[in-house]
Amino acid sequence: MQLSNDEIQRYSRHLIMPEVGMEGQLKLKQAKVLLVGTGGLGAPMALYLAAAGVGTIGLVDFDVVDFSNLQRQVIHGTKDVGKAKIDSAIETMLDINPFINVVRHETALKSDNALDIIKDYDLVADGTDNFPTRYLVNDACVLLKKPNAYGSIFRFEGQATVFAYPGGPCYRCLYPEPPPPGLVPSCAEGGVLGILPGVVGLIQATEVVKLILGAGEPLVGRLMLYDALGMKFRELKLRRNPECPVCGDHPTVTKLIDYEQFCGIPAAPPPPPAGGAPAMGEIDAKGLKARMDGGNKFVLVDVREPHEFQIGRIPGSVLIPLGELPKRLNELNPADDIVVHCKMGGRSAKAIDFLKTQGFSNLTNLKGGILAWSDQVDPSVPKY
Amino acid sequence: MPKVMIPTPLRQYTDKKDSVEVAGATVGEILGALTATYPDLKKNLYNDEGKLRSFVNVYVNDEDIRYLGKDKAQVAATDTVTIVPSIAGGR
Repeated sequence: MQLSNDEIQRYSRHLIMPEVGMEGQLKLKQAKVLLVGTGGLGAPMALYLAAAGVGTIGLVDFDVVDFSNLQRQVIHGTKDVGKAKIDSAIETMLDINPFINVVRHETALKSDNALDIIKDYDLVADGTDNFPTRYLVNDACVLLKKPNAYGSIFRFEGQATVFAYPGGPCYRCLYPEPPPPGLVPSCAEGGVLGILPGVVGLIQATEVVKLILGAGEPLVGRLMLYDALGMKFRELKLRRNPECPVCGDHPTVTKLIDYEQFCGIPAAPPPPPAGGAPAMGEIDAKGLKARMDGGNKFVLVDVREPHEFQIGRIPGSVLIPLGELPKRLNELNPADDIVVHCKMGGRSAKAIDFLKTQGFSNLTNLKGGILAWSDQVDPSVPKY
Repeated sequence: MPKVMIPTPLRQYTDKKDSVEVAGATVGEILGALTATYPDLKKNLYNDEGKLRSFVNVYVNDEDIRYLGKDKAQVAATDTVTIVPSIAGGR
């Protein structure tokens, strides 16, 4: 394999460094890297790895570009809203560097396809956003002996390391088990500083390039913590656990498992019949509006946070953030008919579960939260 | 006194503080005192059997307490105890 004159010109700032040079640039060109997710972390990785000349980049994504992605997913633009993320990402990457090959995997990574997809690559960079996929990517990488440049983000904090490097630890050595569903909020629930995935994604991309070149000290056995507000990087020791069920001395997980189940997520209920009535204990946004217009007496409790309440609210709602509910129970009366809502319906369901344990029974969840209210009743309420 | 670093997801239980100084000579004593001051933190750090949850790691300086004797890990007055919960965000 050789570089064309056009490629030599393009990569000149690499080629003049002895640590990369022609040999390193050819390693990059021959390398095959799989990016799982083209969202917050995947976007900067894909941009820079394409620019750096990584010859084959695989993308796994099945999502569609949404306006709320553009605050951080810089590979997609306003013109791409509504388009498949994978198409939008490939277009941008090939515009930056037409000398690379981008492979599409327009699917969700699952236990039945992960090994087949990952086996053709040298390296994986995990930019997913949920625990089941994190454990799936980890286990598949350990089983296939493919190093995994890992990054994760929350609000203003990030974590990064390299898992499944020969002799090094894996994700299960760091966290043997996932948190129960709902205890750790996702970026969609908890928010994320738009710049944060840029910093963390580029730590991952740096590790990918170093691993390909065989240069420097890989981020193996070290967990990098990044705190954007304090502008601090810290490094913690991370060891391979000899008892680890996947990468330990006597592994008990030798093939991929059901990761939804492992993460305590119940199998999806059968979809409700199209246009059917909401489930018991639920009301849809139109139904709520009808109850309001009908003069039906009830208390509408909004369990979102005050800064979300400022963005938009449903008329007549009372704000009691989910975390304050135990302390503010006295503001509610078990004799009242209570409708609870949040942004999308998740936190309000938790609030209802809690209220049930406190002797409340006349409880209804607003299906789809204030987003559904905006869609179905009052579009002047902004969606966020 | 040793300083305990509180990660973003748990600051809602510590009056939004990002670090708290807590007296104690072992990790067990320090986390015990910390959760006595901030009771809401307790169920997020410990399971019903009173064991540290497996998606919450605790470090004394840069070392994982699982390799220092867990709750019995010694903590000096100048040490930093860091709580690092699992986060999965990436989109």
